[in-house]
Amino acid sequence: MLEIKDLHAAVDGTEILKGIDLTVGAGEVHAIMGPNGSGKSTLSYVLSGRDGYDVTAGSITYRGQDLLELSIEERAAEGLFLGFQYPVELPGVSSTTFLKTALNAVRRQRGEEELDAVQFMKRLRSHTKTLNISDDMLRRGVNEGFSGGEKKRNEILQMALLEPYFAVLDETDSGLDIDALKIVAEGVNAMRGPARSLLVITHYQRLLDYIVPDYVHVLAHGRIVKSGGKKLAVELEEKGYGEFLGEAA
Amino acid sequence: MSYSADTADQVSAISGDKYKYGFVTDIESELAPKGLNEDIVRFISAKKDEPDWLLKWRLRAYERWLTMEEPTWGKVAYPEIDFQDAHYYAAPKSKDDGPKSLDEVDPELLRTYEKLGIPLHEQQMLAGVAVDAVFDSVSVATTFRKELAKAGVIFCPISEAVKEHPELVQKYLGSVVPYSDNFYATLNSAVFTDGSFVYIPKGVRCPMELSTYFRINEANTGQFERTLIIADEGSYVSYLEGCTAPQRDENQLHAAVVELVLLDDAEIKYSTVQNWYPGDEHGNGGIYNFVTKRAACRGRNSKVSWTQVETGSAITWKYPSCILQGDNSVGEFYSVAITNNMQQADTGTKMIHIGKNTSSTIIAKGISAGRSQSTYRGLVRMQPGAAGSRNYTQCDSLLIGDKCGAHTVPYIENRNRTAQIEHEATTAKISEDQLFYCRQRGLTDEEALGMIVNGFCKKVLQELPMEFAVEAQKLVAISLEGSVG
Repeated sequence: MLEIKDLHAAVDGTEILKGIDLTVGAGEVHAIMGPNGSGKSTLSYVLSGRDGYDVTAGSITYRGQDLLELSIEERAAEGLFLGFQYPVELPGVSSTTFLKTALNAVRRQRGEEELDAVQFMKRLRSHTKTLNISDDMLRRGVNEGFSGGEKKRNEILQMALLEPYFAVLDETDSGLDIDALKIVAEGVNAMRGPARSLLVITHYQRLLDYIVPDYVHVLAHGRIVKSGGKKLAVELEEKGYGEFLGEAA
Repeated sequence: MSYSADTADQVSAISGDKYKYGFVTDIESELAPKGLNEDIVRFISAKKDEPDWLLKWRLRAYERWLTMEEPTWGKVAYPEIDFQDAHYYAAPKSKDDGPKSLDEVDPELLRTYEKLGIPLHEQQMLAGVAVDAVFDSVSVATTFRKELAKAGVIFCPISEAVKEHPELVQKYLGSVVPYSDNFYATLNSAVFTDGSFVYIPKGVRCPMELSTYFRINEANTGQFERTLIIADEGSYVSYLEGCTAPQRDENQLHAAVVELVLLDDAEIKYSTVQNWYPGDEHGNGGIYNFVTKRAACRGRNSKVSWTQVETGSAITWKYPSCILQGDNSVGEFYSVAITNNMQQADTGTKMIHIGKNTSSTIIAKGISAGRSQSTYRGLVRMQPGAAGSRNYTQCDSLLIGDKCGAHTVPYIENRNRTAQIEHEATTAKISEDQLFYCRQRGLTDEEALGMIVNGFCKKVLQELPMEFAVEAQKLVAISLEGSVG
């Protein structure tokens, strides 16, 4: 699904990622954990192709093609999804309009027929209930005045609609209380399957109680310093990141 | 971040080619000789076979105009206009007495309107919009007139109204915008060639939307149309105007006057989608749009609503205004002004509160891209008698890139202690965060921009009649093509 080799990336000339190697197979769930400033969000932005995140060395192969050759929206159309740590507000753009435009933009790029309003609403309805998304949320501007929980549920709704092959969830647990976290985790778990891989980026182990990963990687100072199974997350919760910070410094 | 630099590159890369209405119709025209003098005024009046009172009115306006100076207070810069270097009358050559029905209209002209997306043929007009089309100086077709006549509604070219309904025209023409009002309105009064006339009788709710399309085709011509709408007691009408022009290297002048008269309990909803040719990316060509629009709410409980979507013209100078004279009268102004490349817009409104308990709402959204300059200029005046009156103003500016400008110039004059005035203003930039978020969901830059800007304008666009709101949304997106990197 995804193969990252010796990836180096810089922001404003400062190298943040310093040689990352990571392979994610189809259907696998990988967790990336690490302290603040370790490069977690940078990795998610490099994967999605954000301007200003410059790849200086290394390669990323995604579903058999060179990911770095693709524009942001081409990556989205190829099924790469980023769940944002801080979902952006789009004042006045109704959520329904945004979701329909996004879904049809992706379908168009894939050479699929665009959905009309009726087909779209049917599809939308099939997801809103499980994610506890109210009609009011769909009418309001995208993320406009949404609570932290609403914003994150809205991210998962977008993911469910766009049906990506590879989803990066960047600190999806931040700002969520336990009930909201459960709803979000259920939404994510419902999407797990043999053809879909997840990269779950988090600071805390808590999320991984609900979205149980196959592999856990520790990112510190722009490198993956330790990899293991899900037990690694529990160890980290107990010991903290101190040992890795020292080791990589 | 490379965003600003990319934006600048992209902006400099766009050209005026995107203007899809820039074609010229090959049609034989009758032109008045270039220049402006008393003879030209007489020529226009004679062409229209006008009564003596109107010729005299025109001549008074012309005399007055000679003594006036061009206003320079707007935040717009342009080379001096040579008023002698334009034709003040251009008409498609056809039968002298003008077309009587659509069958008599030059098919080439009809094709032009088809290209513009204006369905003139009755069969295409099931949408229920009656259209008056003004091509250069002459009104060429007015559809649905029979149906309107049944309701007692008069909708015809103003030149025809002068002959058929002289009592109405003579009573109201110049009663809202006097011939001496301002430089451009006075020029218009002297040389106006055609335009639309609407009269809605007492208690009648106009059964369909009325619409006028203005089209400048001929080179080196100015267009000076004049619209007069009278809503008698308890009547209602929704009126829409649209404008386009060919793509030319030289600038062309458009100086229109619109007068609305509202009697007791009358309501007019006046919507404009202005898409004159804006000029190319270097600022060559484009329409100079100097327009005076004013509504007089003379009657109690009357209500006027101006909605404008201004995306075209090299220069826009217009302030659709409301004189709230009748007690409890209501004035509204909803505006979206988009400038790109080298366009300049200085637009806003005037709300003059005279009667008691009058209220006004101003929602102005300015979007600037490229190297353009956009100014909101608005006056809210509470006269001593405007007890209990209220105004709410909201001005929001959105900047795209870092070479454009947005300016807000509110004038507030309050002479009544019981009146309330509220003013809110914001300025924002489209953030890279917003564009990235949309693109990560599969939208292209331009789709993202169009959607974000439409969201920003939503409060205004939702005031447009449904069928035009959709068009306007597309226009908003098209106007900004190429303005993000």
